Amino acid sequence: MKNIIKISIGFLLIAFAFTSCNNSNSSQSKGALSSSAAEKVYVAPGEHDEFYAFVSGGFSGQLAVYGLPSGRLFKVIPVFSVDAEKAWGFNEETKPMLNTSYGFIPWDDSHHPDISQTNGELDGRWVFINGNNTPRIAKIDLTTFETTEIIEIPNTAGNHSSSYVTDNTEYVIAGTRFSIPVPQRDMSIKEYKGNFKGTLSFIKVDPEDGGMEIKFQLLMPGFNYDKAHPGRGKSHGWFFYTTYNTEEAHSLLEVNASQNDKDFIAAVNWKKIEEYVNNGGGTMMPTNYAHNVYDDRTHSATSTMIKEVLMVDPSEVPGAVYFLPTPKSPHGCDVDPTGEYIVGSGKLSSNVTVHSFTKMLDAIENEKFAGEAYGIPILNFEDILAGSVEQPGLGPLHTEFDGKGNAYTTFFISSEVVKWKLGTWEVLDRKPTYYSVGHLMIPGGNSQKPYGKYLLAMNKITKDRYLPTGPEVTQSAQLYDITGDKMELLLDFPTVGEPHYAAGIPADLIKSKSKKLFNLEENEHPYATKTPADVKVVRNGKEVHIYMTTIRSNMNPDNIEGVKVGDKVYFHVTNLEQDYDVPHGIAMIGANTSELLIMPGQTETFVWYPKKVGVWPFYCTDFCSALHQEMQGYVRVSPKNSNIELSWSLGED
Amino acid sequence: MKPNLKMLFSVIIVLLFISCKNDANNQKTNDDATTVNTQADKTTGQAFIADDGSMPNVLQIAIGSPDHTTLVAAVQAADLENALVNAGPLMVFAPTNAAFDALPEGTVETLLKPENKNTLADILKYHVTPGNYSKEFLKKFKKLGQANNQYVTVEVKGDDVYVGGAKILGSVKAGNGIVHVIDKVMLPPSKEN
Repeated sequence: MKNIIKISIGFLLIAFAFTSCNNSNSSQSKGALSSSAAEKVYVAPGEHDEFYAFVSGGFSGQLAVYGLPSGRLFKVIPVFSVDAEKAWGFNEETKPMLNTSYGFIPWDDSHHPDISQTNGELDGRWVFINGNNTPRIAKIDLTTFETTEIIEIPNTAGNHSSSYVTDNTEYVIAGTRFSIPVPQRDMSIKEYKGNFKGTLSFIKVDPEDGGMEIKFQLLMPGFNYDKAHPGRGKSHGWFFYTTYNTEEAHSLLEVNASQNDKDFIAAVNWKKIEEYVNNGGGTMMPTNYAHNVYDDRTHSATSTMIKEVLMVDPSEVPGAVYFLPTPKSPHGCDVDPTGEYIVGSGKLSSNVTVHSFTKMLDAIENEKFAGEAYGIPILNFEDILAGSVEQPGLGPLHTEFDGKGNAYTTFFISSEVVKWKLGTWEVLDRKPTYYSVGHLMIPGGNSQKPYGKYLLAMNKITKDRYLPTGPEVTQSAQLYDITGDKMELLLDFPTVGEPHYAAGIPADLIKSKSKKLFNLEENEHPYATKTPADVKVVRNGKEVHIYMTTIRSNMNPDNIEGVKVGDKVYFHVTNLEQDYDVPHGIAMIGANTSELLIMPGQTETFVWYPKKVGVWPFYCTDFCSALHQEMQGYVRVSPKNSNIELSWSLGED
Repeated sequence: MKPNLKMLFSVIIVLLFISCKNDANNQKTNDDATTVNTQADKTTGQAFIADDGSMPNVLQIAIGSPDHTTLVAAVQAADLENALVNAGPLMVFAPTNAAFDALPEGTVETLLKPENKNTLADILKYHVTPGNYSKEFLKKFKKLGQANNQYVTVEVKGDDVYVGGAKILGSVKAGNGIVHVIDKVMLPPSKEN
């Protein structure tokens, strides 16, 4: 021990001498104008952030809206999980949004938000995001920042290689992580190999209103389809999917799916398949899936069950699908802004493999195939390889781009982000993350036009990074400045659920389009009450419909009598305000549901089953005005056999 | 306490070395870039979290073992502490001090020199598998893919399991994986490219 101390002190002295002189050098080179990390992320009170970041909530099922560089949280948009705060999935209007072929599902695992694009650039119209567990794709409208459409994906399980958009948002795609029997049937799991199938779904997006429709599904071999990325620019028209478990194992995948040295990136020429389909190709297959649409005018959602889907067998469309061998269960699949490089990160490899699109086309043209799998040609690894980044770190996962010829890859095991150069494959910089980073996001970093100013790394583990909160501690996002040669860590902020992936966009592209309120005149809700004169209570057998309005500072009606135990009471509440940022809420004692939070001009409905005789209050739950506490009312509940007539009033003695 | 103190000193030494080296050869080559680290990182990584509640991780097990002081010194010299405390899972094949001693004279000393850091890291990563398998379970494998991107063979001889020619002497479960104590240092075969 003594010796060590001695040696150490010796080293310390020498080393100190070294570092101190270097330090003075580095402070000179930075100059007086250099700003601190705090200054770079400081957005003064009342000022706006430069970027929106839409960060998925992972197992929360939602989508959180943050500002960058401040890391301030503005909103959590409910998508796949019920949200009592906003009555999502609790009020009558939004329940259909969570309908599926399995019935109402109150939760999902939201993974990969992607912003719509035009000409390979962010256009900021919609964000798409996938539900992993019960396969769905949702669309969030970036004028209302609300989920306006959810489409279920049939013949799919573990909707993971989703929901990425092509250069002109022609398609948003979904791919199955788990292969399954297609169509589903009762069979032995042991017969997986050759019998289970994986589907890749192409969802057509209406260029006008963003309406989604499954154009076709591609019936692929029974591998696991992990991640996906559309071709960009020169490779527009193609889609790339990483696969693992090309062994087609059905048990103990940690061993059995790691037997092959290489799995594949599947390259799909969707334009070719689209042409095939438009000429009558493919087979209509019976199925059942939900398509849920929310309408801003009726303020209500409808759910439609669709009974068939067009299935395409890739072996019947020559030249449409190829397999690119890629080392060791590749996870991340990313295409650079030019569309030339296809980056596959073998999560068990320590190298990052990069394929060349040009070389791929060349190999296809010259029919240089190494073999085939289920009728799909396999290219030679050596023929298509552009290069590989050698041992940049441990456990490579995902790559984004800054538009200046650099790529940034996350490494889960070694907890770091590594910057490397496209074309030379040399490592330029590395910075630690705290800890165990998954995805990263550069605004526009998966498009043709990245805004290469910031990089957001999303971490699964934080341990000691924040004040502890018991066994469950927050996950985190970390913001790096990537404008210089070296990355600089600026900020570390906690997130909602699991920050699985994110999409960022300059605020200027969307903030002026953000809606301030809903026009009351345009409200087409069947139970809307647009003026106090239209307020009423209607009995229809055991159903009682209350047509109620709210405005600062009363609820109309606020005295209701004639309701009986055993009734089903609907509160249809319209917010008459036409003033920005004046929502009203309402809650009823003992109602087995959430509050309503109603935006100006909007109508929402909750159901109450009165169970006890008495006089029961309701009140406004959103602190709306100086007389907020005065916004209250009573419902008199009489026994089942009572003959008290329905009556309602506001301000009458 | 003792090993912790020792680790701290080694870390400080490594830390100062690296900072000198970086500043001296600012943004030069690939090799340099891979060692770039800010000073704060060296003391704030996952390896430095005070946590007496969790099951020891693979690094802590190695540090706590008197038979693995050479290995620990090597891990520290190669800057791999933070990788070894990751969620993993990680399976570490840990050669004993005797195994290091059996290498040709001067090998360890040479490897510990800062200029050989990458070679040392490569050798150490050849002793790590992303996975967590008991000795018994390892019998199912013919080979394992190691963290340096190469493979080691798995052989079963009677009750014994050999990995890359080294015999598993014993195993310790860790909070983030497992440590298999082995009787030889495994040297990675030379790489094709």
